[in-house]
Amino acid sequence: MMAQVEILQPGLYSSIQDFGRYGYREFGVPTSGAMDRQAAKLANLLLKNEPDASVMEITLQGPKMAFSGTAQIVITGAQLSPELDGGELQNNQVVQVMAGQVLSFRRRKCGYRAYLAIKGGFQTEAVLGSRSWCDGVTPHSRLEKGVKLPFLESKRASVSKYSSVKVDEHITSEVVEAFRGPEFDLLQPSEKEALQKWHFSAAKESNRMGIQFQEKMENNLKPILTGPVLPGTVQLTPSGTLIALMRDGQTTGGYPRILQLTETGINTLVQKMPGEKLRIKLLDYS
Amino acid sequence: MEVFPKIKRMGEGAILVEFEPEITPEILAKVLKLKKFLQKKLAKQKVEVTNTYNSLLIYYVSSIENAYNEIHGLFEEFSGANIEEIIESKLFHIPVCYSDVFALDLDEISRVKKLAKEEIIRLHSSVDYLVYFTGFLPGFLYLGGLPQVLHFSRRDHPRPQVQKGAVGIGEKQTGIYPQTSPGGWNIIGNSPVKLFDLAADKPCPISAGDRLRFYQVDLEEHQRISELVERGEFRIKSEKL
Repeated sequence: MMAQVEILQPGLYSSIQDFGRYGYREFGVPTSGAMDRQAAKLANLLLKNEPDASVMEITLQGPKMAFSGTAQIVITGAQLSPELDGGELQNNQVVQVMAGQVLSFRRRKCGYRAYLAIKGGFQTEAVLGSRSWCDGVTPHSRLEKGVKLPFLESKRASVSKYSSVKVDEHITSEVVEAFRGPEFDLLQPSEKEALQKWHFSAAKESNRMGIQFQEKMENNLKPILTGPVLPGTVQLTPSGTLIALMRDGQTTGGYPRILQLTETGINTLVQKMPGEKLRIKLLDYS
Repeated sequence: MEVFPKIKRMGEGAILVEFEPEITPEILAKVLKLKKFLQKKLAKQKVEVTNTYNSLLIYYVSSIENAYNEIHGLFEEFSGANIEEIIESKLFHIPVCYSDVFALDLDEISRVKKLAKEEIIRLHSSVDYLVYFTGFLPGFLYLGGLPQVLHFSRRDHPRPQVQKGAVGIGEKQTGIYPQTSPGGWNIIGNSPVKLFDLAADKPCPISAGDRLRFYQVDLEEHQRISELVERGEFRIKSEKL
């Protein structure tokens, strides 16, 4: 039977995400999908869902929501002090929820984005083959008060009381892995060195489209003829801003592409609070 | 001497192929031929192939170990066999209303260029534009072929909101905003057609390699077409090239 999660308070910024849409990048449609795929996948696997079932992505301050039916849920990623009817919950643990119970979040302990998976996945509308919300593509781009998210009610089942998984390393790691981007070799030797030595941090202006770094890198690079970009492409603007394109990022861009983050690099970066330190680790193509 | 095309890796799961960095129909034709060849060869894999003016990006959705070798192999096959891919393209006729209601910057262009507004409209709707690729926003077409006399620098202060359907000029380019968004181009009109329509079988009717031509409609006709578009009853007129 279909039940619903009703949003009582929206929190800072939450949305429904799966692994994104496929086959529309050539028409300018971003892939979208969970910013931290590894955490989203873990949440689904703990519930024995498909790894790319749709989950709720929660940024920094979690929403408050009520369940209209029984459900099993798992929260992964950032530790945002989840509570069920005021009782503390652990991340990475299957939790039984009864009809009428309220899930809320309190203080952030670590990480920046948490994932709430539900047995069977959220049954929200799919657009172009994906349930991922994206501004300009889907009717909603973020959770608002009163939104009702359908899910398939699950039978009450015994759930293990202890978590088998510790905090994922990438959530607290400050090392963001990257390969050289197509225009990396246009950088001066000193700039290449700075990229690997400096400490960077995400700026407040960051969002699901792109994460900007606070630290500016002066450079003399010229704009390129608009070329293809991907989630994880790091562009360097003439004013020295480094922008790491993220899951909702546009599909083409005209700034030099100096780095390409690895999947793990993306998953690590999206867990950094604005201001938190990180370093770039350059990998070689084997 | 630089040798083209260049084949570069871009992270774990993507390969970039770059031809000469030029905006010409000849380079685009090379890019689109290779694109079609690769799309056919890789049809069974989960791969997205996108293009820009001179680049192709082959993006393996689940990254695989030997993507780079695979693309190299396919590329050699492509160059060696001198494969002829037929690119089927269409000419689309796009209605634009150049009325003052929409054309926020037409007076300014007319003043600076010392060209009558009617002449600007005539020039803008007198040529077939080549669609190089779609980017920036879903359904935003990068068009080549704007008559040189209409080239006009971007606005110093981008507008926080450019209306959906706005037709603009930015430097050497002209284009249509498929959705309301911030934008720095000079707005000279509005098209009622949808270039990104989720309700349609093909959400983006126009692809790289197609051509389009603008034709002028008055306010009343703009309104009439808008209503048809809303009801899903408007078909953009097109012909095979």
